[in-house]
This record gives sequence, C-alpha cells and structure tokens, in this order.
Amino acid sequence: MDPLAILLAVPLAGGFSLWALGERDSAPEINAAFSFATFMAAAWLTEDVISTGPITAFHEQFFVDPLNVFLVALTAFVAFTTALFSRPYMRTEREHGRMTPARLRLYHSMYQLFTFTMLLALTTNNMGILWVAMEAATLTTVLLVSVYRTAASLEAAWKYFILCGVGIAQALFGTILLYFAAERVLGPQGDALLWTHLDVVKHQLEPAIMSLSFVFLLVGYGTKVGLVPLHNWLPDAHAEGPTPISAVLSGLLLNVALYSVIRCKVLAEGALDSRFAGNMMMGFGLVSTLAAAFFLSRQRDIKRMFAYSSIEHMGLMTFAFGMGGPIANFAGLLHMTVHSLVKSAIFFAVGHAAQKAGTQVMEDIRGLLRVSPRVGWGLMIGTLAILGMPPFGVFASEFLILTTAMREHAWATPLLLLALGVAFAAILRRVQPMVFGETTLRRLPYQPALAPVFIHLGLGLMLGLYIPPYLAAWYQQAAKLLG
Amino acid sequence: MSPFAVQLVNLFAAAMLLLAFAMLSQRRILALIHLYALQGLALSASTVTVAWATGQDHLYYSAAITFTLKVLLLPWILHRLIRRLSVKWDVETLINIPTMMLVGIVLVVFSFNLALPISEFSRSIARGTLGIALACVLLSFLMMITRSKAVPQVIGFLSMENGLFFAATSATYGMPMVVELGIALDVLVGMVILGVFLFQIREQFDSLDIHHLEKLKED
Repeated sequence: MDPLAILLAVPLAGGFSLWALGERDSAPEINAAFSFATFMAAAWLTEDVISTGPITAFHEQFFVDPLNVFLVALTAFVAFTTALFSRPYMRTEREHGRMTPARLRLYHSMYQLFTFTMLLALTTNNMGILWVAMEAATLTTVLLVSVYRTAASLEAAWKYFILCGVGIAQALFGTILLYFAAERVLGPQGDALLWTHLDVVKHQLEPAIMSLSFVFLLVGYGTKVGLVPLHNWLPDAHAEGPTPISAVLSGLLLNVALYSVIRCKVLAEGALDSRFAGNMMMGFGLVSTLAAAFFLSRQRDIKRMFAYSSIEHMGLMTFAFGMGGPIANFAGLLHMTVHSLVKSAIFFAVGHAAQKAGTQVMEDIRGLLRVSPRVGWGLMIGTLAILGMPPFGVFASEFLILTTAMREHAWATPLLLLALGVAFAAILRRVQPMVFGETTLRRLPYQPALAPVFIHLGLGLMLGLYIPPYLAAWYQQAAKLLG
Repeated sequence: MSPFAVQLVNLFAAAMLLLAFAMLSQRRILALIHLYALQGLALSASTVTVAWATGQDHLYYSAAITFTLKVLLLPWILHRLIRRLSVKWDVETLINIPTMMLVGIVLVVFSFNLALPISEFSRSIARGTLGIALACVLLSFLMMITRSKAVPQVIGFLSMENGLFFAATSATYGMPMVVELGIALDVLVGMVILGVFLFQIREQFDSLDIHHLEKLKED
C-alpha cells in the first residue's frame, strides 16, 4: 500500500461516509477517528520521504519533497487535534441550540472534505490541480462559515465566497499564463504544468510572461493568505464561523495558500533572474504586518482580534520568504509551524471561553481563571507565545527574521518592530483582564477538551528551546529548495 | 491555418466582448441569463473553430464541456433558481450606465496594452484575442462591483470564468484535460453551493439585496 494514496483516500472517504451515516451521537468520534487515520498516513509518508528522499507518484501527478511533507504532517496533525477539540465544543453548541443535527452532519462531512482539499493542494505536482484544490477548499468551508445562519455569518460567508472566488480567478489567469510560458519550452499537454518539470526548465521560461503570471498568482493566492489589502474576508470568516473552523482556517488554510505562493515564487525567481518576485512578496508582507497590527488594536470581538493577528503573522512569513536565502527561509518555515500550532491552540481556548461567556465581545469575558483555570492559563500562555515571548518557538523564528532583515534590508526592521510592538501592547491589554479578575461566567455541559491546547503549546515551547536534529535538517533541506 | 479560421475566431471573440458589454448594462435578470448563455455559446464556437483549424482533438472535448456546462446546465440551474426565488422579473436600477460604459472602454484599452507584448510569444492562431479575453475578465469584475443584487453578482462571477477559459484557448491550445475537468467540477459545485446560499440569504433577510450584507465593518 502507498501511504500517499491512503493519505488522500481517508479524508475523502471520511467526508462521504460521514454524510451517508447522517448525524448520530458518535459522529464526532468517527470524525476524529478519520482524522487520526489521516495523521497516521501522514506520519508514514513523512517517514518514507525522510528515509528515501523525494517521491513522485501516479505518473508524476503527485510529488512529495521535504518542503511539502512537513506541511502535510503539520496539516494532518492539527486537523486531528482540532477534531478532538471539536467533540465537546460542538456538543455544547448543540446544547446551546446553535447547531441542529442537519448542520452537524454538514459540518462533519465538510470538515473531512476540507482536510482532503488541503492535502491535495499540498501533494499535487500539477499547478492546475493546485488551483482546483484551492478553489475546492473555499467551496467546502463557505457553508461552514454560514452554518449558524445568523445575519452576520451569512454576510461573512458571502464575502468569503465572492472575494476568494474573485481572488482565485486571478490565480487561474496566472496559471494560464504560466502554462503559456511553459508550453513554449515543454510542449503542449500533460507535463507542462508539472512543478518538477517546470523547476528543471525555469531558467528558460519567458521572463515577460512569467512576471505578469507571478503578479496574478500572488494577488490570487495572496487573497487566500489574507495579505492586506486583499484581507477583507478573513476577520469576518474567522469571527462568524464555528471556532474549530476558525482554528483550521488560521492554522492550516493560510499556510497552504502561502505554500502555493512560494512554489510559484521559486519558478518566477528562476525565470526572471531578478529579485522582482521576492520584492513583491516583501512589500505585501510588510504592509500586511503593519496594517494588521494597527487594525487588531481596534477590535472588540476576540476572534476578530486573533484573526488580525493571523494576518500579521502571515505577513511576517511572506516577508521572510520574500527575503529568501537559507536563514530567512528556515525562519519562515519555523514560523509557519509554530504559528499554526500556537494559533490553533489559542482558538481552542478562545472557543471554550466564548462558550462560557455566551459572547465573543471581549469586555464581557472576565475572570477565566476563577471558573476554569486551565482554559484561562491556556489562553494566557498561548497569547504570550504568539506575541513572541521567549522561550516559545515564535520568539526564535521572529528573532531570525528580524536579524536577517537587519542585515539585508535594514530599512524594514524598525517597521517590523513597530508592528510587533503595537500588536503586543494591544493583545496583552485585552487578554489580561479576560483571564484575571472577577467573573460572571457559567459552567459548560461538556468537559472542554484541553489536551490539544496544551499539546500544541508544549510543542511550541519545545521548538523554541530545542529543535530535534532531524527536524532541523529537514527545515534546512526545505529552505535550500526554496533558494 | 487558414486565414478564414483566424477571421472566424476573431469574430467570436468580438461577439464575446460585445456580450460582456451588454451584460454590464443589462438590468433584467432574465435577459442577463440569456446573455450569459450566449457568451458560453460564442466561447464553445470559437473553441470548435480553433480545434477544427489546428487539428487539436482535445479541444473538441473542451468545447463539449463548455457547451454542456455553460450553455445548457448552468443557465438551466439559474432559471430554476430565479423562478423558485421568484425574482424572475426583477429589474435592477443601475445608475450611470454611460459612465460604466466609458470605464469599460478604458478597461479594454488597458487589457490590450497589457496583452500585446505577451501575445506575440503565442503560436496559437487565436493569439490576437488574448487582450479580448483579459478585457472580458475585467468587465465581469466591473459588473460584480457595480451590482447590488445577489444573482447578477453570481452571473458576473460565472462570466469572469468564461473570460478565463477564453484566455486559455487564445494563449495556448487549452489547458491540460485533467485541469479543465477539475475547473469545470469546481464551477458546478460552486454554483450548487451558491444556490443553497441564496436561499439562506433570502430566508434571513427576505430579499436578495446585498446591501443587507454590509453590516460587518472594519473597526
């Protein structure tokens, strides 16, 4: 058996069977079981790639190298822990009357299909299929954002659909131009959109076409990364959808979108023989980091605030990958990992806190420590971790990004520091009274799942103190691939 | 490659551009759907012409997919949708149609300028039409921005996808088959989800006016 086939087949089968089974009491467990099987397959695939090197499969339509296998493992892992978190969370939502059996059925089925589209986007070698998978990822989540059927959630989902749809249409035009450039070198049909083939001939691709193509691809996939000024959908979708979806959108989908941009950047950089692609990414990244930091200081809704924090961090990663070079790429990859772990942990804690308070407005959430110390500490530690306090992993990656920026693009460093400082002050000021102080919160009917929160934060802490040698070697390989 | 085929492709391209302008200024939803179906027809006709003139057999399949999806299936779904949402005879008030036309012309000029240096690299017989394809995409974009009802926005979205397919046949001889099938599947699934979604919106707001959907603000 091929681990890659299992990896893709399990969530696909999971989506259809959860739909066929309909809503039943055990559906959350079945969902978690499918996610666990996916995670096992991902671990097996990772093992294979580490021991035997990059693999291609199914007539080279799929391709796994150190860069995407680490994202595959991360995606499968976070999808699994989020499924664990969503068990008590969704049961409580049903108890509170926000979820009906029909909506839960849709939720579980789409959750698996969403995982499938992300894994397909990561493992495919075909730039066209990458586009198809990214669009499918939007389609599977749009009905989940509107699942509560409130006016605000419908608006958020409509914005998400239309903005991401238009954005992704730009990416399709970029892909068409890419194919146009490739076809002149590789000949028509079949192979001309395979990334491995394109990578070999990237220096022969026509620069005039490739530069235009990259602009469209960056704008298109950048919409899904949430780069300012294309970010409008992101805070709404995060705030109005159910919390497990906010966690996977922030922790996983944004990563996958950024991964698509990076793959395109490698090709464009090779063809153009200039820093055009990197500079564009640096510009977008810097603007996003700065703008998001100032936007987030004005939020009142807790999920919106952390959604803006995701934009800020995605901007920082885009900036790092734009700079390029072994250290910045290494830092970008590390930041991707710790950001997804820590941000999803925060969303888990936030989800439970919001359920206890019955609201997402930060002024009405007070004294979490009194009611449930573990949710309170989870939120507090998570917040400190995402703000870049040592010894967490975010500190290590931000430090590397800043020092590289200081050496290579000194002008950008004060701006980055300003953004990080503003975000730090804004978030800590909001979170601190939520955790400490008097409380008015209620108890939940189901025991919250806090294991995922602390596993994620523990991993984030570990990556700050000690990166296992095989993981470091793996990051370095991936960073080298990016050039 | 007969000059006649080139002329024919250019003719269909002109028809697509004309239809894009017509959609921009059309106020009746029903007529909008007819225009969309006609645009799909022009697209599949031009694809067949290119296939016939160059002997690229896979383009016949591509044209067949386009025809079933964009001339038959999607307009049929849209017809059903507007009947069941009872917005069939809706007329939208569009202000400033002349200004919109002028903006549209500017967009066409811009697209031609952008596409000109690139289309010279193309070996396709339809290379002159890359500018038109980009113009169609941008015009649909403009249409989506200026509409305030949900269904016309959806039609704008679908028509943007027509422009993209046209770009694929004019710059190259169509995308690889597996990609085209994937895109077609996405469009179809997207249409079904949008249909579900429109009902949800109507249930919530008793109207399909997306001015109701502008409450969430940056603050």
